[in-house]
Amino acid sequence: MPSLDEIIRGSQIWKSIFRHPAPVDRRNRVVVMLTNFFLHLHPVSVKKQGIALSYTWCMGGVTFFLFLVETVTGVLLMFYYRPTLEWAYNDILALRDVTSLGVLREIHRWGAHAMVITVWLHMYRVFLTGSYKPPREFNWVLGVILLLLTLLLSFTGYLLPWDQLAIWAITVGSNMARATPFLGHEGPGAALLTVDGIDMITNASDARFGLLGARFVGEETLNRFYVLHCVAIPLGAALLIAIHFWRIRKDGGISGPL
Amino acid sequence: MHGQNYEEFILGVSGFLTAYYVFIAIMNAVAALYLWQSGRAKPLFRFPIVGFMVSTAHIWVIVTAIFLMLGAGATNGGASVLSLSTSTRDLIDSWMNPITYSLGTLGILSVVFVARKFFVKPIVAWSLLNLSLLFMGLSMTDMEFAAIVMKPDNVPIVAMIYLLGYFTWLGAYRAVQNDERIARGEQPLESLDNEKVLVWPDLVYTELICMIVVTAILLLWGVGLMAPLEEPASTVQTPNPSKAPWYFLGLQEMLVYYDPWMAGVVLPSLIVGGLMAIPFIDFNPKGNGYYTIAERKFAYCTFQFGFLVLWVTLIVMGTFLRGPNWNFFGFYETWDQHKVQALNNVDLSQYFWVNLLQMGRPKAPDGSSTAMTVVYIAVRESPGILLLLFYFVGGPPAMVIYNKFFRQLFLRMGFMRYMVLSNLILLMGLLPLKMVARWVVNLKYFISIPEYFLNF
Repeated sequence: MPSLDEIIRGSQIWKSIFRHPAPVDRRNRVVVMLTNFFLHLHPVSVKKQGIALSYTWCMGGVTFFLFLVETVTGVLLMFYYRPTLEWAYNDILALRDVTSLGVLREIHRWGAHAMVITVWLHMYRVFLTGSYKPPREFNWVLGVILLLLTLLLSFTGYLLPWDQLAIWAITVGSNMARATPFLGHEGPGAALLTVDGIDMITNASDARFGLLGARFVGEETLNRFYVLHCVAIPLGAALLIAIHFWRIRKDGGISGPL
Repeated sequence: MHGQNYEEFILGVSGFLTAYYVFIAIMNAVAALYLWQSGRAKPLFRFPIVGFMVSTAHIWVIVTAIFLMLGAGATNGGASVLSLSTSTRDLIDSWMNPITYSLGTLGILSVVFVARKFFVKPIVAWSLLNLSLLFMGLSMTDMEFAAIVMKPDNVPIVAMIYLLGYFTWLGAYRAVQNDERIARGEQPLESLDNEKVLVWPDLVYTELICMIVVTAILLLWGVGLMAPLEEPASTVQTPNPSKAPWYFLGLQEMLVYYDPWMAGVVLPSLIVGGLMAIPFIDFNPKGNGYYTIAERKFAYCTFQFGFLVLWVTLIVMGTFLRGPNWNFFGFYETWDQHKVQALNNVDLSQYFWVNLLQMGRPKAPDGSSTAMTVVYIAVRESPGILLLLFYFVGGPPAMVIYNKFFRQLFLRMGFMRYMVLSNLILLMGLLPLKMVARWVVNLKYFISIPEYFLNF
């Protein structure tokens, strides 16, 4: 009598998905890394010290995992949440009080805070081990952009609950754009940009207006931040994450003494 | 304040504190068990008469007992006794202000850096952790302190302080070990395990465990702590204080010293640009792929000054210590909406023309042309303009001429890299310089041209 395990592993369906035996011996542990889509990001073997937790802190990996958590919980939250003045606050209220699995919102928010912290810790580790040094200079630059995108993701998401905390934090944060040199209507140099005495940069055409879609944080801003938060920035981040990972391999894998 | 309200508060917080102290006790018990079992417990001294050898493991057992007693004491409202005395709290509050806080943090971090060989010792680091947790516990019985720390969005920042403390310790601990090894002519720790292992199972299982741990933490956190939701948005009711999201509070804090165009636009861009520039201006080939401080002291100190001192410290101040009207409040101070702080900051041009030369500030006569007005403004602000020109144009060559270290850097880096590096450092240094100038002589702006929104 073959065991259940053998029946499953011997079936045509299983074999169509996993084209080799279980990774229990050396050969198949190598093969699994090469034939599995999700695992093929990794090399087949690594230096033992390179994967020691006391060396890597695992913070890059945790940040990526949190990005996945945010994506999954975010998609589920999108089923409930409508980004309009009429519904935004009430939908969040309902998520808290009546919707089953409303805890998704908690996980999404705490995951976002955690991601900001882990991305800093990842940068901190990479700095302390000098892992940005040649040949990994460009991957550090990509990492800085990803850090910025993480902060922007968190910032745009901060507005969506549409409560007092949200709109005033975004108001304070975006007020700075008013003072952008040349491009903000209260910024240095903006007064120079005039045509026939008419100001080109006003509160309805400056950098802050472009960010908010209006003169103040309102429905246009909610829509703009929603699209940035759910579509534009995640797509950009996903692309850069892919390149960031690919470059780790191309630049010689996890860093270590030369 | 110590009325009915306070008793209700103590009852509410006592359950948390019991769990908190028991958790710290367990933490210490695990540490003692680990030291004892692994044989890493270091003998400290022999008890006289009995002849019993006391080791580090015994110390942590005693600490465990103390925290267990604190936990028992905190139950059922007994927590009100387990607090710092009112006079101690008032004393701490009266000492605290932006100057002592900023300089104090800088001072403590500098001491820790210089004496890092002492501070990275596990027994020292663990004692400091216990003391800080005890301080937190004793402070939690204060309503004002608890109100700020327990605010849902502030909980992650408390966690961040401890995580940063831990990882700073871990990095420095390994760096100190490596530096000693390198000084002896040995290879860094990271070179020891050069053996290659298969990613399956060694790495994928680590990743799996990390994912499970993170998921568990998020679930517990999500169930245990509600995400904040305040009243519906209202464009007419401005809350006081109005704060940006916590990770931007360092920038908001800079608004005290700089105008928005600097604090909100130019400096953030420079931070991002400066971070990106790091691999291209740090030409030191040493310290690639292992922890070290001695082999890259300048890079280490510069980064830590920017990250721990300027970024994190200002975020902590903006989150916990800035209240209504962005006034500074001590740990235990009530956030009074009506606290008034005298603002009598003076521009440099005022100091120069009015106080020093005893004359009015130059002002274009009414009806003069734009060009004429600009000339008058330039003359009026010339002290600040010249000072900043001197700082930014004169700074880089002066550093080369008068400092041996920067001379070597210049010779090895070349002109372009050196200019990028020195200007970034001068810009970074301008923030603390401006803070000191504000505290010491109430300086408002070096250059103040409100006519063109150009204040610096």
